[in-house]
Amino acid sequence: MFISLTLNGKMIADLADADMTLYAFLRKHHCYSVKCGCETSNCGLCTVLLNDKPVLSCSVPLGRVSGCRVDTLEGLEEEAGEFIGFLAEQGADQCGFCNPGYVMNIIAMLREIPDPSDEEIRQYLSGNLCRCTGYESQTRALRNFLNARKGKTEGLDLDAKVYGEELGKRFSVLSEDELLRSISERAGNAAGSAGAENPTAGAGTPMMGGGTPASSADGSGTTAGPAVCADSSDSTSGKGADA
Amino acid sequence: MKEFVRERKDYKSVGKSIPKKDSTQLLLGKPVYTEDITPGDALVVKLLRSPHPHANVLKVNREVALKVPGIGGIYTWEDVPQKRFSIAGQTYPEPSPYDRLILDRRVRSVGDPVAIVAGESEKAVDKALGLIRVEYEILEPVLDFRRALDNPVLVHPEDNWIPHQDASDAKRNLIFHEEDTHGDVEKVYGDCEVQLDRTYRIKPVQQGYMETVRAYCEIDRYGRLHCISSTQIVFHIRRILANALDIPKSMVRAEKPRIGGGFGAKQTAVCEVYPAFVTWKTKQPSRIVYTRQECMTIGSPRHEMEVRVKVGAMKDGSIRSIDMHTLSNGGAYGEHSTTTVGLSGHKSIPMYTGGCEATRFVADVVYTNVQSAGAYRGYGATQGIFALESAINEIAEQLQIDPVALRLKNIVREGMLMPAYFGETANACALDRCLVHCASNFGWNEKYPVRDMGNGKVRAAGVAMSMQGSCISNVDVGSCTLKLSDEGTYNMLIGAADMGTGCDTILAQMAAEVLDCEPDRIAVFGADTDASPYDSGSYASSTTYITGMAAMKAAEELREKICKIGAGLLGCSVDEVDFDGEYVYRDASLATAGAPAADGVCEDASLAGESTGNSDNGDAPLAGSAADCSGSMQRVSLAEIALKSQINNRISPEATATWSSPVSPPPYMAGMVEIELDKETGSVEILDYQGVVDCGIPVNPNLARVQTEGGIGQGIGMALYENITYNEKGAIGENSFMQYNMPTRLDYKNINIEFETSYEPTGPFGVKSIGEIVINTPAPAIAHAIYRASGVWLRTPPFTPEKIVLSMQQGSEWEAPDLRCWS
Repeated sequence: MFISLTLNGKMIADLADADMTLYAFLRKHHCYSVKCGCETSNCGLCTVLLNDKPVLSCSVPLGRVSGCRVDTLEGLEEEAGEFIGFLAEQGADQCGFCNPGYVMNIIAMLREIPDPSDEEIRQYLSGNLCRCTGYESQTRALRNFLNARKGKTEGLDLDAKVYGEELGKRFSVLSEDELLRSISERAGNAAGSAGAENPTAGAGTPMMGGGTPASSADGSGTTAGPAVCADSSDSTSGKGADA
Repeated sequence: MKEFVRERKDYKSVGKSIPKKDSTQLLLGKPVYTEDITPGDALVVKLLRSPHPHANVLKVNREVALKVPGIGGIYTWEDVPQKRFSIAGQTYPEPSPYDRLILDRRVRSVGDPVAIVAGESEKAVDKALGLIRVEYEILEPVLDFRRALDNPVLVHPEDNWIPHQDASDAKRNLIFHEEDTHGDVEKVYGDCEVQLDRTYRIKPVQQGYMETVRAYCEIDRYGRLHCISSTQIVFHIRRILANALDIPKSMVRAEKPRIGGGFGAKQTAVCEVYPAFVTWKTKQPSRIVYTRQECMTIGSPRHEMEVRVKVGAMKDGSIRSIDMHTLSNGGAYGEHSTTTVGLSGHKSIPMYTGGCEATRFVADVVYTNVQSAGAYRGYGATQGIFALESAINEIAEQLQIDPVALRLKNIVREGMLMPAYFGETANACALDRCLVHCASNFGWNEKYPVRDMGNGKVRAAGVAMSMQGSCISNVDVGSCTLKLSDEGTYNMLIGAADMGTGCDTILAQMAAEVLDCEPDRIAVFGADTDASPYDSGSYASSTTYITGMAAMKAAEELREKICKIGAGLLGCSVDEVDFDGEYVYRDASLATAGAPAADGVCEDASLAGESTGNSDNGDAPLAGSAADCSGSMQRVSLAEIALKSQINNRISPEATATWSSPVSPPPYMAGMVEIELDKETGSVEILDYQGVVDCGIPVNPNLARVQTEGGIGQGIGMALYENITYNEKGAIGENSFMQYNMPTRLDYKNINIEFETSYEPTGPFGVKSIGEIVINTPAPAIAHAIYRASGVWLRTPPFTPEKIVLSMQQGSEWEAPDLRCWS
């Protein structure tokens, strides 16, 4: 199949197998930023812009992009350069394998929603999986970027909080004694107004009869759990099988 | 010169959050990974895999497949060396048994390779794979790990199976057995007012690294095998490939570029032996790239474990005895099986050292005919901590004692001897501060009481603690080479593997602390067995603690050498100079009798040139006649020293240091979670997750925070979403990201992490470790919160909505049937 398209601003023409994906074509044409993480269109690593819309290149048959404009990170470094420093500052790059697809989708997001809320950021980028970061640093970085772009210099979350006498910074909100005192005060109040601290309190909880702390109001451990004991005998028999 | 000493409060580089050295390259998607930097025209290697869990290969008909144009070779068990080896990346002699062949006549799990196919294109190889015909003698499998021990069906009946542990016995399907007892557990347990006996199970969850395992091999210009792979363990890869191919280790060079995530999976040579075999056989470059499905079904996941915990306590909440028995499922091969299981006890029980009178830990690991397990962040501790922390929460709820108060009554504190942790002392321990700090950040007192939101939803909280190690004591070796280069910059060579964690950066920060420079001035290279100094590799949370110490020591040694060369240029004794990062200077306070006081400062480089010129004339020792320039030369710049090191020089401007530790100081952490549980649907939403970590002194707090957030993310995935189910053949159903639900950024928010420091005297700059400990708290904390909200204890993650709702209906934990156990 003959294919021609505009890749990162340059016209290219090539012969390709009819079953080729856009992903394979881009790798063949040295766009190594485009990665594959799953083969089932779940991970977002292969995101590129097709006529300015973010698409999963692993799931786009090459034939469909004939005559189209395709942009990969190789062609958008300048635009990415506006915010990647904020990601680096948080250490949000980590292994980096998901970064290009994620950065491409951020570019698409910022073009579409110039000033997204945190919730909009999460929604828009939800298709970009990352296993290293737990996502929080990425959201923080984008928030910092958006704030900085608006000229806000306060409220940026730049540094993790470290406390300890070694560094002369003591965490002083609460001491151990104060915590224990407040816990026992709360527990005392709870005992006063029966069941206030009961985990199963509240009408309509579909509870079994025994086995919850509700039924062991006398606080004695041994009465605490007929239902839990039943579980225990289950597991004991499971254990017996390998003994 | 003065010995390098720096007060903790004055650290300049350690403790600073700087971006990772590779961040720009990674964020701009530059070609830095295995598939990006190796030639695209290498032979494509793929594997034909067994559909049966246990069978003998009788015949492989490859005649038709070989006729596919572009097929370079098809290999079966008859073609490979018959010496068994292990693909576990561990220090020799590997604790894992030698139980693998590149291809075996006996296949031991669904997905075990039967044939290697190599060809010019993926299409040709795929076509050939479909044309190979295999005749199997189907054997009865042993699929249920609770019935594997002493089962008449043996997974490894072969005679050339080599164990490296006395307790291993393949004739019993037993990979390992261990017992560790302190005190009379039976008696103390019997004397206790409260006795809790529970069993917990953890499934073989997946690491979920984004870059699937892959490797490229070629014959280098000296005729040796050169392997470039996405691995955490280049030096072990060298040994593993040499063992597998039965060739000298000197004939192998292993290298890693950037790695797209590892989390322990790449501490096993999952795929490297196949292209290595093809390249050694054909002398052509070859490359294998595992599909996601291969990674999910025949990779190297967490060990499935069943942990029985017996805790003896008094009504006042004091915990007197802990008795744990772990049964671990090694699967078809024994990688990491003998070692992971130990952590389930050794890295959970010691958290309750305070007041605990007796502990016992017994472990068995068995072979079964399912996917073999390997290393995954937490490495057994995750399983043990889920069990023990859940049991402690159950005790607290039974006794109606606040679980945070109960913990503060029983936890290990600084200075305590931990009998259940190899008799080590907790030299640096801020676990108590972590708990209090975490409770304060979380608002424990407000959130612990269950709150019915009146809309069918309930809010509740849970708590858990965690510990890990900082290396494998008396085993792990870390090394670092530092070189002074042109213009006073440095090169650092390491054998540890930065897998995105940032070790290249934090090791440079530690060296920069000693060399008094910006970390930017140090270029880091790693890892290549031909160029890097020996390092066991990046695992066991050891890089910061072990390789970090090597980096610090190498920097100290290089500092001395810089002073020596500098003193030569200044024409004085090394005792009279010091180094401030930019200049080696004469220090009047150090000067011996008769040396002139340092008054004027000479910044003119030409003077240094002169002094170089002087030495150039002959072989005069550098620290030669002080008369030449004493009085005029008071300092010399690092750039001049670097230049001097390249002209008529006999002092090597480089230093290598190597380190091992007799102890493995545990980091500690506290985690608290608030959930909202929908009683109608059973779905759980994470509203808030607070964690406070004691990793000693964090070298780069932002990177440590990302480590922690990422680990908690994986822990939440394991607790709520990531399920593994087997069919009746022991094959895994969740074989892609369609079915295996790793968390997205919509699945949690408000993870907040802070740090409590402690100072570990055996670590460089007081550091411990961070990489693994962070994954351990979510599962037990979430199980606790679910109990608080629903009244049901769930003892096998993941806690899916289906499981929660059905468990609430039946009043005890609901389990989906395990189809493996039907056979």
